[in-house]
Amino acid sequence: MNIIANPHKLRGFEKHIRVENVSRRTILKRLGIAGAFVLAAPVMSRTAFAYETGAADMPHGVVVDPRVFVAIAPDGAVTIVAHRSEMGTGIRTSLPLVVAEEMEADWTRVKVQQADGDEVKYGNQDTDGSRSTRHYLMPMRQIGAAARTMLENAAAKRWGVPVTEARATNHEVVHGASGRRIGFGELAADAAKEQVPAIASLKLKDPKDFRYLGKGEVSIVDLRDITVGTARYGGDIRLPGMKYAVIARPPVTGGKLVSFDGAEAMKVSGVEKVMEVKGWPWPSKFQPLGGVAVIARNTGAAIKGRDALKIVWDDGANAKYESAAYRAALEDAVRKPGLIVRKEGDVDTALKNADKVIVGEYYLPHLAHVSMEPPVAVADVKGDKAEIWAPVQSPGGTHEDVAKTLGIPEDNVTINVTLLGGGFGRKSKCDFALEAALLSKALGAQVKVQWTREDDIRHDFLHTVSVERIEAGLDKNGKVTAWRHRSAAPSIASTFEANTVHQAAFELGMGLVDMPFEIGNIQCENPEAPAHTRIGWFRSVSNIPHAFAVQSMVGELAHATNRDQKDMLLELIGSPRIVNLSSVKDLWNYGEPYDSYPIDTARLRRVVELVAEKAGWGRSVPKGHGLGIAVHRSFVSYIATVVEVSVDDKGKLTVPRVDTAIDCGTYINPERIRSQIEGAAIMGLSLTKYGEVTFKDGKVQQGNFDDFPLVRIDEAPLVTNVYIVPPAADTPPSGAGEPGVPPFAPALINAIFAATGKRIRSLPIGKQLET
Amino acid sequence: MIKLNINGKEQSWDGDPDLSLLWYLRDEAGLTGTKFGCGEAYCGACTVLVDKEAVRSCITTVSDVVGRQVTTIEGLHPTGDHAVQKAWRQLNVPQCGYCQAGQIMQAAALLLDNPKPSHEQIKEAMSGNICRCGCYQRIENAVHLASTGV
Repeated sequence: MNIIANPHKLRGFEKHIRVENVSRRTILKRLGIAGAFVLAAPVMSRTAFAYETGAADMPHGVVVDPRVFVAIAPDGAVTIVAHRSEMGTGIRTSLPLVVAEEMEADWTRVKVQQADGDEVKYGNQDTDGSRSTRHYLMPMRQIGAAARTMLENAAAKRWGVPVTEARATNHEVVHGASGRRIGFGELAADAAKEQVPAIASLKLKDPKDFRYLGKGEVSIVDLRDITVGTARYGGDIRLPGMKYAVIARPPVTGGKLVSFDGAEAMKVSGVEKVMEVKGWPWPSKFQPLGGVAVIARNTGAAIKGRDALKIVWDDGANAKYESAAYRAALEDAVRKPGLIVRKEGDVDTALKNADKVIVGEYYLPHLAHVSMEPPVAVADVKGDKAEIWAPVQSPGGTHEDVAKTLGIPEDNVTINVTLLGGGFGRKSKCDFALEAALLSKALGAQVKVQWTREDDIRHDFLHTVSVERIEAGLDKNGKVTAWRHRSAAPSIASTFEANTVHQAAFELGMGLVDMPFEIGNIQCENPEAPAHTRIGWFRSVSNIPHAFAVQSMVGELAHATNRDQKDMLLELIGSPRIVNLSSVKDLWNYGEPYDSYPIDTARLRRVVELVAEKAGWGRSVPKGHGLGIAVHRSFVSYIATVVEVSVDDKGKLTVPRVDTAIDCGTYINPERIRSQIEGAAIMGLSLTKYGEVTFKDGKVQQGNFDDFPLVRIDEAPLVTNVYIVPPAADTPPSGAGEPGVPPFAPALINAIFAATGKRIRSLPIGKQLET
Repeated sequence: MIKLNINGKEQSWDGDPDLSLLWYLRDEAGLTGTKFGCGEAYCGACTVLVDKEAVRSCITTVSDVVGRQVTTIEGLHPTGDHAVQKAWRQLNVPQCGYCQAGQIMQAAALLLDNPKPSHEQIKEAMSGNICRCGCYQRIENAVHLASTGV
């Protein structure tokens, strides 16, 4: 018998689970628009937490119930549920490992089971925002401790001894005085009858007794399956009789189908049907774009059939979107006053009185996510029931959206979460799963909708495009006295609300208004920028352009005042302190309470000093080489990077070495943090060297890895060193998946300046260094 | 009717002879270990062995491999313990894992051709395989480890 008897009826903490407003839940919350919802009760009492997080503010909050997450079979096999999506961060291993740690389970006897999309049961499942560890480390410890307590209680009863004498250790409960032992499997049935202990009563393990946490000696649970080809991603699901489909979508965002001729497509061997699929008007949120589907006996035939379609589109309101003209409009916007979003002192006067004003304008184009697995989903819709298999970062949101889109009750929808072949924010939007659901319903058959690489790049929810302008005023001693930063970029909110022209609080809070420098006169402005395509979250989001601008400007100021970059950076960060951001209205702090997660400049300084020391900052480098440094706080973690670059006389760039220091507070698996930071350097290098999606006549001009190139192994840094700051006691956990990305580009650009004297302000680098 | 040999097993196909090997393997033969990444041979996610050579199955047709031995990740080693697979696990190479079957097949082909590649030769041979997660340093080290004994 398992601890999970009937999980649907055993929700010990259901009074804390918000079920109201479910239908309009996610969007406003995700956008961080202040005041949209006021939470009911907190999920846990303050005393139960060593620190407060924003976990309770997420849709459906947190569920702390061992009966939902843990099952023990009579043979002692322990099953632990992973309710977050696995896209390469290792979270599907890390969170169950925390439960195993606290319940004293032997990891070699633990099986991980992926949860389906059901937030009422599991709590929030949105695997994004680098939140999983920071929101779930403590709840997973509590779940494990509760399971351990139930096992100990059951053993004590059986022995007739006080519970204080029964102690769980390595998959059994031991009675110290008599030396009696009972395995977890043998106790499972009795433990299941025990009451789930109150959180406040739980005793958590002393960190010095940890066997797994913080050690990094456990490999990911999918490692073997990945290396032998049995790991199951979205496209690997095969149902009997399943049809294979691809969809031709409107080439311009907001466009729609006028007419199509599928006669030639139907002649392609293996093609079975051609049909229109429903699309939603702009702004379409996460709903499908619509178009024409080709259904075949295999994907190859469907693609060939699609190539043979003749389609007339109405391109709609975004048909004039053109990247060069749009860039000019953004440049125009940042050269005029914009909406003030942070104001301290009097920046106009300070700039007027400055001895010298340094101005930098920085451009970052749209970026596509291009996870190696393009979007794909399998659906089986019969009558008012739907089952979906999909690589989604948002299992709960997908659950709700499928139900809503099909007009069926949520209880009739099952979302099976497969492994994700990369996500990077793209798979937080479930449009591809909705397409499969709609198509399955229309066909009356099981169907897989596969996106090609061209579909992925041309119909992405792209990273925004931005122009950042910083004016920094220096006094005659070279001290920065004024800082004005204007950021113009279309907002992710535009994908949900028509006529959005300003960045949302959560975008402004990613490196613009939370700029930590100790300067008397600061003004941040957000000029208008309308959107003409779908904008979405891309790994580290607005931190990329904001950090690129701020940290490039640090390099420019060091040069202007003839100082070392690192010294300039530390002077700007200023004294160790908690940054007071009371001047910012609706400050968004990654959804976390500022008390638990303030901007602590001592931690910011420490990663700068640590990386500088480890990288040998100031060491002499060969001719044509240069060192650059950058630091950025994002997802409430602190990360500093030093890049060594080499630029040859033809302008060819190589990266001999990257050093990164990360302070992400208390952590679970340092080995996976290292892999995230190694990968972030590659992603940072890709976007800095090559990353650009452009539009002409409203259409994306790129389509595959030939015109949207990524860094390959022969261009990768030769050495990437990662230094993880050991956490002080009780330092809350913070993000590790995304924060490695933002400092990379400015560190590299500062290094290129050191190597060549060329200041690059427009990304990607492309051919700018070629001579 | 086309006769094929996949992982040592005879198979027959009576559909479009120009169907790409990738979609034949995945959708018709049910061998989903081989992945779709780009469809244009830019990324290497679909790499399989044809005889002893690494090929991109996405631009190879079913008729191209008639009379040849196709090996996919599922058939690389009977117990999944090829030196490359073991090295991959020892160095914890994968993040999301999606491109890794293609990477492993490419590395296996390299070692068939050159059992002791230099780091430069490893990079050259592996440069057709994209990893968006950025596992490159570990990939390089794992191929080296596989070539020197796991």
